[in-house]
Order: sequence, then structure tokens, then C-alpha cells
Amino acid sequence: MTLTVPATRRILYQRPAALAEKSTHYCPGCGHGIIHRLIAELFDELELAERTIAVAPVGCAVFAYDYLEVDWIESPHGRAPAVATGVRRTNPDRFVLAYQGDGDLAAIGTAEIVHAAARGERFTTVFVNNGIYGMTGGQMAPTTLLGQKTTSSPLGRDASRDGFPIPITEMLALLPGVTYAARGTLVDPSSIGKAKAMLKRAMQVQLAGGGFSIVEILSNCPVGWGMTAPESMAHLAQVAKTYPIGVLVDRMKG
Amino acid sequence: MTAPLDRPSRRSGRSLAGAEPEPAPERVLWKGNEAIAEAAIQAGCDAYFGYPITPQAELLEWMARRMPELGRAFVQAESELGAINMALGAAATGKRVLVSSSSPGISLMAEGMSYMAGQQVPMVLVDVMRGGPGLGSIGPSQSDYFQLVKGHGHGDYRIPCLAPASIAEAIALTADAFELAERYRTPVAILADGALGQAMEPVIPRFRNPERSTKDWACDGAAGRAPRVVKSLDLQPENLERHNLELQAKFREIEANEVRWAGESLADAEIVIVAYGTAARVARTAIQRAREGGLRAGLFRPISLWPFPSTALHDLAPRVRAILVVELSAGQMLEDVRLAVEGRCPVGFHGRMGGMVPSPGDVVTELRKLWAITEPSTGGAAAEDDAELGFDATMAEVWR
Repeated sequence: MTLTVPATRRILYQRPAALAEKSTHYCPGCGHGIIHRLIAELFDELELAERTIAVAPVGCAVFAYDYLEVDWIESPHGRAPAVATGVRRTNPDRFVLAYQGDGDLAAIGTAEIVHAAARGERFTTVFVNNGIYGMTGGQMAPTTLLGQKTTSSPLGRDASRDGFPIPITEMLALLPGVTYAARGTLVDPSSIGKAKAMLKRAMQVQLAGGGFSIVEILSNCPVGWGMTAPESMAHLAQVAKTYPIGVLVDRMKG
Repeated sequence: MTAPLDRPSRRSGRSLAGAEPEPAPERVLWKGNEAIAEAAIQAGCDAYFGYPITPQAELLEWMARRMPELGRAFVQAESELGAINMALGAAATGKRVLVSSSSPGISLMAEGMSYMAGQQVPMVLVDVMRGGPGLGSIGPSQSDYFQLVKGHGHGDYRIPCLAPASIAEAIALTADAFELAERYRTPVAILADGALGQAMEPVIPRFRNPERSTKDWACDGAAGRAPRVVKSLDLQPENLERHNLELQAKFREIEANEVRWAGESLADAEIVIVAYGTAARVARTAIQRAREGGLRAGLFRPISLWPFPSTALHDLAPRVRAILVVELSAGQMLEDVRLAVEGRCPVGFHGRMGGMVPSPGDVVTELRKLWAITEPSTGGAAAEDDAELGFDATMAEVWR
């Protein structure tokens, strides 16, 4: 049986060219797949795939290089901003993207992200905050919410013992080297659209010669959080109370 | 005097490609750290990343001034972790990259070096060694031998390690290091020490800019080709073992082709000092004094610490009464010497630590002590290999 599509119909949804045609290793319901897709759509829209050098993190997204069809350099845990700095300083005409999770960026790689931002390095960081170390089995991250149970905070995160969640994107936004910083969320389709707009703005800032740009995206971890996929998506509304959604700084805005 | 003070030698292995340098018109008085930095620049270094630490700070300072002047990349990183990973990023795009540090900073760089070895990213690292362990001292030392020569970071790997004994040799080896790095897609280390980094020597700089290799693996943007990934992760044990076997095959190739050492006064030597870098300079003076006193001593100086000149030393051992290893450490290279000698002659040791340097007088005393407790060499079958190995006066006269 052949399926005939009337010529009058427009294609509303298809796999972006920059997204590899394969199923991901991510757990069912995980937000990484959505974020990969948003990036792939923007690679297509901004025609970046052939001039991008991307830096992969250590964490669940370590295999991002299997899914986005650009050149990728694997970074040691937390060092993606340093690796991206090396790429940027020696390849002035390329588009440089770093992809990091919250353990990677806000714990082990704190020095690297702060100083890359302080130097105003002209690259774009996609910061996926799901509040947990997913790949290693769901341990507490620097971003884990107070009271949240993880395998290394079995009684719930306690500020007196474990400290407070780090609003690192707000901290970075204070630095004059940061041209654009924003936080989006995957909580619902409309928010996903807004997150894509933030990513696009961050990429355009880089293309226009701005400094450091970062988009934090609140994402889920159904397995690590012990929730179903829909529950975990709905829970993102709670997460946003600790990490408010919005543009934190846009120093290129006229 | 117009002759070069020093001539780095290659005693085996294939010759390095690239044009012979034009000699600079005159001798200059130069500090080791600065000479290495300029040698890297003249060798076509595209980017330098570093962090201040004594006794290598002048190298970073030289780069801070010169690299921007030439429109090349210089970043003073937030830490040695930052510096080594910036190097990883730049080098993975196919650029020629230098980093430098000293012992405590080298420890921090071990992470990135392991990744680069696994990812097969060429890069040159300079370690101007200082006294340890811990924060230690800022005096000269050779106590990072175990750390760098045995691989540096985690995992099964080796990196070529070159040890200059003079500033002129450091200049030559810097260019060679870039060439080795690119030929074998590997990080390469230059092991200097605080004395070599800080000392000033008159030198006729002989720079060399090695030909660039084709980098069909580099991540420089997938324009008109399939995307590339430079990585070390592989969760399939079968695949990762295969990758390791490929790395090991490369290491065997390096061992077969890139051994470097220099000899002095070996042809008639009854007792031989094995020493590298600054320790070899002390040994050289000690050997002259010993000979003045009638003791026929010679010098065997490894230049590549890995690959170690094991075969040459193994063949030399039965020709001599004893070997004295002299190091600025508690005896690190000593282990490789013993493995190479395999008991074919007695091996003694003299070392100082913590930034102390042995005096030539002390070394002569140790030579005499070793002489007193050992028997004359019976020579043996190895003597017939002399010509082949180059243990003759002409070939030995390579390091002045």
C-alpha cells in the first residue's frame, strides 16, 4: 500500500537534518531528547551544522555526539567550558557550542564555567538542569531541591548538612562577560517553544560577536526522581519555584 | 667562539623530516624558560595555555607578550585544569598547542593528559620540575619522572618524554616534540627542571618549524564531509580493548623508532654514569675530574626517557665494571636502568632531593666507592657490538 500525500499539504513536523536518524540511549520520558531536537532545529534554521564545533560533557548527555550531526570533542567531567575556550580562541570563524548537565557545570566544573563566563568567551552553553546525577544512579547534585530524596540524600536534601541549591545562572548573569543568560523549562509545549527562542537568541548573540551566552533548561529525570514521565514533567512547575524562568540578562539588547 | 655549545643527538630511529634551521647570526644569553617559549613559537605553535607557577613563570610571561603580537592564542587559565583542557580543545581542532607548568600543576594536568592520550590528540607539555612532594620547593628536581615517564594520568598509556640537558638542546627538542606529537597523534612531554628553566646560557638559537601533518581526524567544522568525533569513551569492552590494542601498537612503534640518547667518553669507559638533564651536566664535570684522577668514567645520557634507551644500555652493561645512576630524586630513572641492565653489571645510585643538586665532587666520591666494591668487567660477547652501537670515540663525541 502506498501513501499519497496531497501536494497542497505543508510539512509541519519532521526530523531536522542535523538530528541523526537513530533512537537515543536516554531513559523513556527524559528531556535530553527534546533539547537535542531544539538544537538540531536551530542548527538547520541558522545553517550552523557545517561550521559548528561542539563540546560534549560527562553525564547522561555524554553521547550527544551520537545524535547531533556536527563535529564533537569529548571533554573531561566539568571541563567543557575550558575545552570550548581552546576551540574558540583558535577557530574564530566557527560556531562553538558546549552542552553540560548540572553536576558537570555547577559542581565539578564550577571554576571552568565561571572563568569562561568572566572572560566573556564567545561560545554558547546549553545547561541542562535536572537536579540530579542521572548517569551514575541518581545522586544529589548541587542543584537538587531542598527536601528532595536522591540515592545520596536518602532522607531528603537538608540545608544544614548538604547546603543550598546553587542558582548558578543568576550568578553568571552578574558577570559583564556574559552577554546573554536565560532559563527555560520543558514543563509544557509552550514553554518548550520559549526555550527554543532562548536558545536561538543565545546562538545569535554568538554569531553577532557577543560574549558568553548560556541557556539553562529545567529538565526532568523520571527514573532518578522516581516518577512517571508525565509526573516528572508536571513536577517541573515545582522546580521553577527555586529556579525562576526568564531572561536573566541580555546585554546585546538595544 | 662561534661553535654551538651543544648539539642534540639522535642515536637511533629514523630522521625527522623538515628543513634544517638557518643559524641565527649570533649567540645570545638566554634563560631556559624563555628559550623554550620562543622555540615553540618558531616551531609554529598556534596556541599556548598556562597558569603561573615557579620555576616556569617566565615561559608563560614570554608567551603572554609574544603570542598576541603574532595574532596567536594565549590564555592565562583559571587553573592548570583549565589550561590543559583549553589545550585539549584547541589541539582537537588540529592546532599546534603548547602548555607548561611545574610539578604541582603537572599533577592537575594528569586528567587532561589521560584524555588526550585516549583521544589521540597531539600536544606538547613542558614540565619545569621542582622539589616535591606536595608544595615542595621551587628548586630544581627530577622527581616527576615516575609521573610523566610512566604515563601521567589514569589508564594504560605512555607519552614520549624528552629531557634536554642544555638550553640549546631544549630549543631543538621543542620543535622535535611537536613533530613527534603530530606524527603519532599523542601528547609529548618535555622534562626540564628548575635549573634548566632558570639558568641563562649563551646559545645560538637553531629554530625549526616542522612540516604540518594532515589532520584527517580534527574537529574543525564538518563542512562538506561527515562529522567527526574526538573521544575516548567506549562502553563496549570489546571495542575499548581494540582501541587499547591500537594504542599499544602505536607505543611499540614509538619504542622502535624514537629512542634517543647521547654518550660521552664511552669508548674506553670502565665505569659509566647514567644521568639526564641537569644531573647529566653535573655528571659530565664529575667524569672529567675522575679521568684526571685516572678513573676512566663515561656518560650515558638518555634523551628520550620514554621510550627509554633500554637496548643500548643493556648492551653497554657487560662492557663496564659498574653503572652509577645520578638523579635529582630518590632514584626514579634508576628502576628503568636496572630493568635495562638486567643484572649484567652492578648498578649504584646517587641522588639529592628537594631542590638540592649533587656536586661533581660528591659524584666522583660515589664513582670511587662503586669502583672499590666492584670487580673488573669480563667484557664478554657484547664487545663485538661496539661498532654497531656507536660506542666509539667519534660517535660518542656528540654532546659538548
